[in-house]
Amino acid sequence: MKTTSGHIINEAFVLDLLAKIPDPEIPVISIIELGIVRDVLIQNNGVTVKYTPTYSGCPAMDMISMQIKLALKEAGIENAKLEQVLSPAWTTEWMTETGKRKLEQYGIAPPNPIGDSDKPRCCPHCGSINTQLLSQFGSTSCKALYQCLSCKEPFEYFKCH
Amino acid sequence: MTSKHSSYKEPLIQYLVFLADTNLILSQRNSEWCGHGPVLEQDIAITNITLDLLGQARLLYQYAAELINKENPSANETEDTLAYHRLEREYKNLLLTELPKGDWAVTILRQFLYSVYQQLLYTELLNGKDKHLAAIAEKSLKETHYHVKWSSEWVLRLGDGTPESHARMENALLSLWMYTDEMFIAAAYEDKSITGIAVTELKKEWLTRVSAILQEATLAVPSDDLFMQTGGKTGVHTEHMGYILADLQYLQRTYPGANW
Ligand SMILES: [Zn+2]
Repeated sequence: MKTTSGHIINEAFVLDLLAKIPDPEIPVISIIELGIVRDVLIQNNGVTVKYTPTYSGCPAMDMISMQIKLALKEAGIENAKLEQVLSPAWTTEWMTETGKRKLEQYGIAPPNPIGDSDKPRCCPHCGSINTQLLSQFGSTSCKALYQCLSCKEPFEYFKCH
Repeated sequence: MTSKHSSYKEPLIQYLVFLADTNLILSQRNSEWCGHGPVLEQDIAITNITLDLLGQARLLYQYAAELINKENPSANETEDTLAYHRLEREYKNLLLTELPKGDWAVTILRQFLYSVYQQLLYTELLNGKDKHLAAIAEKSLKETHYHVKWSSEWVLRLGDGTPESHARMENALLSLWMYTDEMFIAAAYEDKSITGIAVTELKKEWLTRVSAILQEATLAVPSDDLFMQTGGKTGVHTEHMGYILADLQYLQRTYPGANW
C-alpha cells in the first residue's frame, strides 16, 4: 500500500508520523512517548491505529484522535481507522524513558515505576527531595500538585497510574 | 410519557444505561461546584472526579449505543442521544446521585458512599459476564481508587474536625443514608443471571468499609432500621430529577442536533 504521493506505507512510516503528534496538554511529549499507541495495523484496506485512553474523562483524548486522523491524512493515508483499546488499561509504565526525561525538563516530576512510592523523586526545578503534597489532583487528572520546601516553588507530579 | 428509548428491553443494555446514568447524573451534580469549591485545590479535585465520572459514563453509553444499533440498525443511537434525548422516567440512576449538592459535607459524603460502592461493584464486574463491560470497569477502577481515597480523607477531616464540620457531617449522614440501600437491591435487569454479580452480597463489605471510616471520623453509623427510599433504578425519581435534566438537556431540546 502506498500514500497518495506514492510513499510506501509501513508500520515505521506511520509510527514516525505519530511520533510527531504532541500531547495537547503537555506538548513537550509525543503521544508515542506518552505510551498510548498500542498498535499500528497495515492491511490492504487501510491503516488502523490502536490506542488506549489515559483517563476516561481526559478531554485531550478527542483532540488526540482528531490529530491522528489529520496527521495521517496529511501524509496521504486516506480513511485511517482508530480503535480504542480499554484493556489492559493504560499505565504510566508505558511512558518512555525519553518521555519521562522531557517531562522533568519541562518542570513536571515524572511518574515513578509502579510499586515504588507514588511521590515525586525530587523537585524538577532544584532537585531537592524535600517536597510536600498540596493536592492529589492537579490541573489535569493525571497530575498531583506538590510544593518544593527547598526552593518553595510549586510543581506538578505525574501520578503513577 | 415514553420515547423510543423505552423500547430497548435487552437487560444488558438497560444495565449499561443504569451504570452510565448513575455516573452522568453524579458528575452533573458535582460539576455545580466548578468555580465554587471551598478552596482552589478542592475545586480542582471535585472537578477532576467529575470528569472521570463523565468519561466513564461516555464509555458505557457508547457501548450501550453500539448494542442498540446492532439490534435495531435504524435506531442511530449515540452517547449523545442517550444522554440528551431520554425522558426522566427513562433515566435509571441511583436516587443518591440526583439529590442537590447541598453543602461540602453532603457532596463529599455522597461521593464517599458512592465511590466505595463503585469500587466494590466494578471489581466484581472485572469477572462479570460481559468482556467489554469488564474492560470499562478495569479502566474506571484506577480512577475510582483516587475517588475513594480523596473522599475518605475528607470524611475524616470534617467528621473529626470542628463542632461545626462535625454537625454538618451528621446532617449529611441523616439526609443521605436512606438512599443507600437502593445500591444493593437488584433491579430486574441487574439479576445475577444477566450480570454475573450478586449485588445484594456487596452490602456487607460496603457497610464494613464505610463504617470503618465513619467511626474513625467519630460519626455514628445510622441504625439499620431506618426507612429506605428506592425507585431510581426503575425510573421513579425524586422531585429534583426534572430540574437536572432541564439543565442538562436544555440545549439539545431547544436546538435539536446542535453541534459545535
Ligand atoms: Zn525545588
